[in-house]
Amino acid sequence: MEFNSNKSIYLQICDAICDRILSGDLPGDERIPSVREYGAEIGVNPNTVMRSYEKLTSEGIIYNRRGIGYFTSPDARVKVLEAQKEQFLNEELPMMIKKMRLLEISEEELVRAFRQTHATV
Amino acid sequence: MIRIKDLGFSYGENVVLKDITMNLEEGRIYGLLGENGVGKTTLLTLLSGLKNAKAGQIDIDGHNPWKREPSLLTEIYYLSDEVAEINMKAIEYAENYGKFWEGFDLNKFIEIMDSFENDINQKMNRMSFGQLKKTHIAFALACNTKYLFMDEPTNGLDIPSKAQFRKAVMKYTREDSTLLISTHQVRDLENIIDPIIILDRQDVLLNASLEKIAEKFFFDYSNDRKEGALYCEMIPGGNIQVLINTTGEDSKVNIEALFNTVHLHKELVKGLKDEN
Repeated sequence: MEFNSNKSIYLQICDAICDRILSGDLPGDERIPSVREYGAEIGVNPNTVMRSYEKLTSEGIIYNRRGIGYFTSPDARVKVLEAQKEQFLNEELPMMIKKMRLLEISEEELVRAFRQTHATV
Repeated sequence: MIRIKDLGFSYGENVVLKDITMNLEEGRIYGLLGENGVGKTTLLTLLSGLKNAKAGQIDIDGHNPWKREPSLLTEIYYLSDEVAEINMKAIEYAENYGKFWEGFDLNKFIEIMDSFENDINQKMNRMSFGQLKKTHIAFALACNTKYLFMDEPTNGLDIPSKAQFRKAVMKYTREDSTLLISTHQVRDLENIIDPIIILDRQDVLLNASLEKIAEKFFFDYSNDRKEGALYCEMIPGGNIQVLINTTGEDSKVNIEALFNTVHLHKELVKGLKDEN
């Protein structure tokens, strides 16, 4: 796994799992690797992976079946979608707006660019 | 569990370790960092029972390693920085010397050698330095010991081997084992060592998990100069600035920046040790 330099590793692992849930690669109620398996796979300390799993568990995205392992929640995708939507609106959007101001991009310019880009991606 | 209390060691007049006190817990992969000559290798050899402490105690599960009791030694492996060229095929070496460790698993040795793309039928004195090092690493992991001490294990490894090393360490060590890895190549081991121990001349500056470190320090990677930064280093695309974490926000610990910060502000990290 490629890590970027400025976000804590355990959060980047959470993001990677959430991305896989969003894309449908990881369906609901599916077993995910143990912390050691996953740690070995991506070259990260199992304690770090444990922190990621604990965070995702507390958010209801995965759950632990005692003695069996970790599974994605049946409604994992909905949960991730809600959480990420909120994050986009509360964190990424304000950053974007700040950057727009810095680059002096007007609302009209943005809407035009949005429509153009929207058609191509 | 390893308990080190008031440990001291000197080579003649030259005091290397003094009043070292720390505990090493089960199931952790400790990174042992420190400038040249602070006694990292000495500490590893003391823990392995190869040297006798001049002062203080080392207690490993109730045993003193210097007594060299077989029941303890079978649970310890020390991988030295300098690895021996032996006039034997790797597989013969493993078959013969693996017997000294109760948990040694020959299949595991073969499997790890294979993952390292090393030939088990090659003579060890015909191997390149990196191949020899990997053979010794494979042997160390195949011993299945509870305690594994490694001195600069990534020295001499080529680029793909470093990633293979990280995976092998995670895959082939026991869940309850304690690893202590000394290194200057923190980037090689960045995501696998946690907690971090920083050894200074005659002192332990830090022994804390990355989680604790991130609670205390904030690592800022933005372009804005921050007021009150303890440490600042220019990198392509901005700065790494280390600040006291006042907001509780989480950031990625950069171990090199941490090391430099700790050396500039020794008083600030005093007492930053995980409660045992």
